[in-house]
This record gives sequence, structure tokens and C-alpha cells, in this order.
Amino acid sequence: MNMDDTSLKQKTTPMTMIQALRSAMDVMLERDDNVVIFGQDVGYFGGVFRCTEGLQAKYGRSRVFDAPISEGGIVGAAVGMGAYGLRPVVEIQFADYFYPATDQIVSEAARLRYRSAGEFIAPLTIRMPCGGGIYGGQTHSQSPEALFTHVSGLRTVMPSNPYDAKGLLIAAIECDDPVIFLEPKRLYNGPFDGHHDQPVVPWSKHPLGNVPDGYYTVPLESASVFRAGAELTVLTYGTMVFVADVAAAESGIDAEIIDLRSLWPLDLDTIVASVKKTGRCVVLHEATQTSGFGAELTALIQEHCFYHLEAPIERIAGWDTPYPHAHEWAYFPSPKRVGEAYRRVMGTMQGSHAGDGAATREAR
Amino acid sequence: MRQNIPLRLHVPEPSGRPGHATDFSYLRLAAAGAARKPPVDTSAIDTTDMAYTLVRVLDDDGNATGPWAQAIAPELLRKGLQSMIKTRIFDARMLIAQRQKKMSFYMQSLGEEAIGTAQVMALSKGDMCFPSYRQQNLLIAQDVPLFDMMCQLFSNDRDRLKGRQLPVMYSVRDAGFFSISGNLATQFVQAVGWAMASAIKGDTKIASAWIGDGATAAADFQTALTFAHVYQAPVILNVINNQWAISSFQALAGGESTTFAARGVGSGIASLRVDGNDFLAVYAASQWAVERARGNLGPTLIEWVTYRAGPHSTSDDPSKYRPADDWARFPLGDPIDRLKRHLIGIGAWSEEEQHSTQKAYEAEVIAAQKQAESHGTLATGQTSSVASMFEDVYKDMPWHLRRQRQQLGV
Repeated sequence: MNMDDTSLKQKTTPMTMIQALRSAMDVMLERDDNVVIFGQDVGYFGGVFRCTEGLQAKYGRSRVFDAPISEGGIVGAAVGMGAYGLRPVVEIQFADYFYPATDQIVSEAARLRYRSAGEFIAPLTIRMPCGGGIYGGQTHSQSPEALFTHVSGLRTVMPSNPYDAKGLLIAAIECDDPVIFLEPKRLYNGPFDGHHDQPVVPWSKHPLGNVPDGYYTVPLESASVFRAGAELTVLTYGTMVFVADVAAAESGIDAEIIDLRSLWPLDLDTIVASVKKTGRCVVLHEATQTSGFGAELTALIQEHCFYHLEAPIERIAGWDTPYPHAHEWAYFPSPKRVGEAYRRVMGTMQGSHAGDGAATREAR
Repeated sequence: MRQNIPLRLHVPEPSGRPGHATDFSYLRLAAAGAARKPPVDTSAIDTTDMAYTLVRVLDDDGNATGPWAQAIAPELLRKGLQSMIKTRIFDARMLIAQRQKKMSFYMQSLGEEAIGTAQVMALSKGDMCFPSYRQQNLLIAQDVPLFDMMCQLFSNDRDRLKGRQLPVMYSVRDAGFFSISGNLATQFVQAVGWAMASAIKGDTKIASAWIGDGATAAADFQTALTFAHVYQAPVILNVINNQWAISSFQALAGGESTTFAARGVGSGIASLRVDGNDFLAVYAASQWAVERARGNLGPTLIEWVTYRAGPHSTSDDPSKYRPADDWARFPLGDPIDRLKRHLIGIGAWSEEEQHSTQKAYEAEVIAAQKQAESHGTLATGQTSSVASMFEDVYKDMPWHLRRQRQQLGV
């Protein structure tokens, strides 16, 4: 956890991730007259997840307002506002519903600075609740980060706790590049380690739920070492940070867990330093495996840490299927699956997901 | 029991194809002066009739007539005519340059010169246009240096866009000309967002959005109308109906038995359908829309009825899908000839002036081209530095782009 000087001097309040995100928007609406917030149900009602509650009453309808159900329209209008000189923070109700805005995100927001040689910019923040583990089924559980990290010109960010959520969101809003801000809705009210059979502990019981009241930032492109360890490195983000953590405790393996926070561009130095130290690496995300962001992480480690690696890099991800409803917990990467990956990488458990000839034949 | 007949798929076709003439009766024309002029604070629903008729000022003899005819300073009309002539000469010259491989690609605006020229003259400095790729007249009418435009076309070392964009995808912020994107219709909703921003800030600037008939079929068209209507954004939504989207007749974009202006009324936006080749009508309708937007009276949609006289682009051969003499038969004629006739009629122009103006612009275009070519063309490879390829992806260059630039050795 990197706390900057500003945040250390401030009074803190226990906040959920929802309250922390709302606080970030409140701070930025106050600080910068050009910040505007809009999206479906974000105005009067305060958002289906309460993330913008009270903001319209405080700042007025011309700063915080409801939008028609049109993701392409929301992002497209925001691009135009950015060209004018505003700093829009827009919400897509679920990450699963960003697809109608793909053209505006990929072809417009991401490319505007480049194609106009800096004449026009798109300093947007696009907030999207993402991730599974909530019985959301196919269209309320997706983790589409790889579709954004592949796009030149975008920044993709995902917090895992209230402190980072506020600091990263303020940094995203202040950033002059378009930022895709993915919020794991499974973490909105409390941390979640994958043990769905146990009661969820609220953020008020967690040190990262203590959030400074005022302005502070968590810099983009800065990863955080969530748990220091010596035996292997886990590269992960969002809900999986807590799954990685509990899997380390349960397996007894001294894993160093890195919460990437900024997915792309990312903090390569922190990652490389850790893998060079441990010599082993597990890449972990909820999103489907094939061509997922884990593939890029795996390639980067291979490229930068090859001579330090003592075992093949393991990827644990969602299966390559649409996100199911009834089979939620067979799909969601569990602490058990993650712990087994740790043991495989440590060489204390046989078998591999890598799919050698025998495994391929068996699968047939 | 009732006998069901087999259903049939309807696929619209143009009446004219290579070898036989187009029947232009589908155009829903009206005589000059026939269409009324609603008050600027009209309700959208009260413009329903306007969406199915045609606002025209110049009659066949070049006389200005009817409620949309207004006193326009001859100097403004002369400037309009000069800009249209300049645009056409620029286009013709750049077409040749493309054939000479000095650039990879070009798109003319032949026959559509009046629309952008007149509207930009009705707008004010600080307003922002969100053009498609066929609004070079917005730049030329504002006297943006042809040299700058050509450097973009040639992707040379003076190209302000550093060789990153296909020719004609200009970006000229100072001229109120938003960066052109290859992705159709995206700018239409961005214009609405820009107008919303102006309203949010309590500004007095308005936006002008541009789209072709074909691109109205893209989702962002309807989205723009919805947002413009919901937020009463100060924007002019211009639909240039030039009858063709590459090889597709406007009926295939949804124009059969209806109009594009009617889309505006259906979305609750005051709408007009205007003769796009009638400079006086374009100027008057644009002024009307400007007054509405500037007066907080809401958005206006205008369908400009015109004809794409030239090929879609330098990569297109229209003789493969439409009659070769189609433009000559188009009932609304040529915008330059029509304004010229009007100006001569009022004693503000002459054949001699027409001739000397053409000569002067030909010389100006050639001189600008010579100057631009001295900074290179695509053929000479005299471009901005390759290292600049990695700039402006982000505000600050991230580590991976610095690394890739080093890998390229630049």
C-alpha cells in the first residue's frame, strides 16, 4: 500500500468501496469546475450501486445528470465534452454493457490525441462495475479488461480496496488520457476471498477501508505489493487479490502478491523485481484465459525474467466459457484452485494446466 | 382457411443504373419560394411539413424568391461564390496529384460546395464544426491556408498531423474544425456532447454536426438525435443527402418513401429539408438554425438535398453503379452555376470576374502546391520523423512506447 504524504496527514473515515468512489467524485467535482458526471441512473437516484448518491443534490443537474440508455451516446457525448475542455466522468452501468460504446472508446477516445497531434484530447474517465462472484450470470459478471488493454491510447485501472479506489479514481479523473476505470462490484461492500460459504466481512473491519476524507491520489502505473513473500510472485488485481492472499495462507506458501492496480500501462519494475527475487510466478484473473490479460503478463515475465525463472509460469483464470449462473463457484477461480497452482509452481504438486501431450489426449 | 402468400424481401434499388437514366421524381421537390418559414421558436412538431418539402430561394432564372429570401450583403455572396470556386479548383488539382501518386488517396466534394461554405459563413468564430470527410469547404471558406491542407494530404514534413492520418482527415482546431475520423457517424454524437458542454459552462458557442445520408444508418446518428433532443443541446445537425453512399443509393440507408429530415421531427427536433445547391437557401436555413441554437431554443436538423457529382473517392468508379450523365440530369443543378447566375442577375458578378477568379485560384492552388511539395510528398518520403510515430498516443510516453521507439532505432 503506497500512501502519499497528502493522505497521511488527513483525517480518515471508514468507507466501503462505494463510499470511497463517491468521495473521489465529490472531491473532484469540488476541485475542478470542468468535472461532470453522467450515466444511466447516476443523477437523481444516485446510481444503481449508490456510487453517485447525493452528488446531484450537492452540485446540481448541470454537473451530475441522468443519461439515456445508450452507452455509445454516453461515451460519444463525453468525447465531445472532452474536446470542448470538460473532464467527464461517465458510468457504464455494468462492464458487460460497454460493447455498444466500443467504437467511441476504441476509434475515438483512445485515438483522438494521436490523430489530431494533440489538438484535441479526451480526458475521460469511464467507470464500469465489473467482475463476478455475485451470481450475476452472463451479463453482470464479465471482466473485459483485455479488450481495453489491447487498445493503444487507453489506460486501464482496477482498484481492489476503498483506499486505492478513491486515490486511483482521483488520479484517473485528473489524468489527461482516457481511463477505463473497472470497479469489482464483488468488492463494493467488503473484501471477498472466494469463500462464498462464509459471511462477508465489511470494509469497516479492514485497514484498507480507512479512507482520507479529502484529496489524495494513488499514482497510475504504480503496483502495490499487497503481501510480501519470498517463494513465488502472484500477479493479480481486483477481487483476485484477496483470493490470492487467502490461498497463500491456506497453502502455507510464502507468496508475494502484487496488486497491479494499473493494468496498462503497468508498473513493470515492481513486477520484474519481485519475479527476479522469487523465481516463480502465478498470473491470476477472473477473466477468461485465452488471449486474456494474463497472456500479456506471462509474456512480459518470460521476456524480462527468463533467466531467473525456476518453473513455468502458471495462469489461473476464468474458464473459456461465457460466465455461467448456476455454476458460479465452479467458474470463479477458487482459493483451492489458486493454492494448487502455487503448489505446482513450487514443485510440491504434480500435474499442470499447461496441456502437455498426455493431457490433450486425455481431454479428447 | 386463409391462404398465406409467400413473403418477399424488399431490397431497394435506384431507378438509374449504368446505361439507363435515373428517374429523379423520388426527390420530393418544391418550387423556389413555396416552402414557408417557421418562427425560430417553432415547436418540433410544427416543422413536420418542413421535413417533407424543400426550402428553396433561387428559382430557375436565378431570382431570389419567397419567405427565405432575405437581404444578404452582395459581398458575402461574392465571398461564398469565390470560396466554392476555390474548393472546386482545389479538389480538381488534388485529384490530379493523387493520380500522380503524390498522395495515397483523395475525396472531392464536387457539387456539394454550397452547403459547408454557406453554413460556416453563418456561424461565428469559436463555434465548432464536427465534419465528415467531405467538408473541406468549411476550411477553404475560412481561408485556412491551402498550403497547410496540402501538407496534410501529402503527409510531408509540414503535415500538422505528422503523417498519422489518411489524406483529407484534417484537424484544424483554430478554424473550429474537429479532427476527422474514418469511423462514420461518431462525430455526430460528439458534436452534441460539445454543445452540451457549451451549455453546461453557460457559454454562447454552438456546435455544427455533419453526416452523410448513408451514415445516418449508423447507431450514432440516432443516438445524437436522442441526446440533442433530451438535453436541448445547441447544435445544428446537418445531414447531407447526396443520394449516394459509395455505390449504395440513399433508399438503402432508409430514404425510400420518406426523408432524413423526418427523422429529426420523429425525435422531437425542429427540422428542415433544404435545397443544398441553393447557396441562398443554405445560408438562410443555417442562420435560422444558428439563431435557434444560440437563443437556447434547441437543436435543429437540416437535410440538405444535393448530389454527389464526383466519384466517392479516388478509389471509386461510379460508372459501375450509376448513369454516367446523372449529375447533368439532377434537378437541383450545380451550386456554383446557380449562385453565379443570381449574382450576375443582381449586377454583383460577371463572366469576366468568374473567369479571372478561376485563373487567380488556379494560380494560387498551383503556387501552394509547389510550396507544399517542396516539403515532400508521400512519393518522396519526406515526412515527419519516424520517432514522432510514438508521440501523442498518451500525454506522456509510457515505458513500453519508449522501449518500442528504441527497438526501431529512432
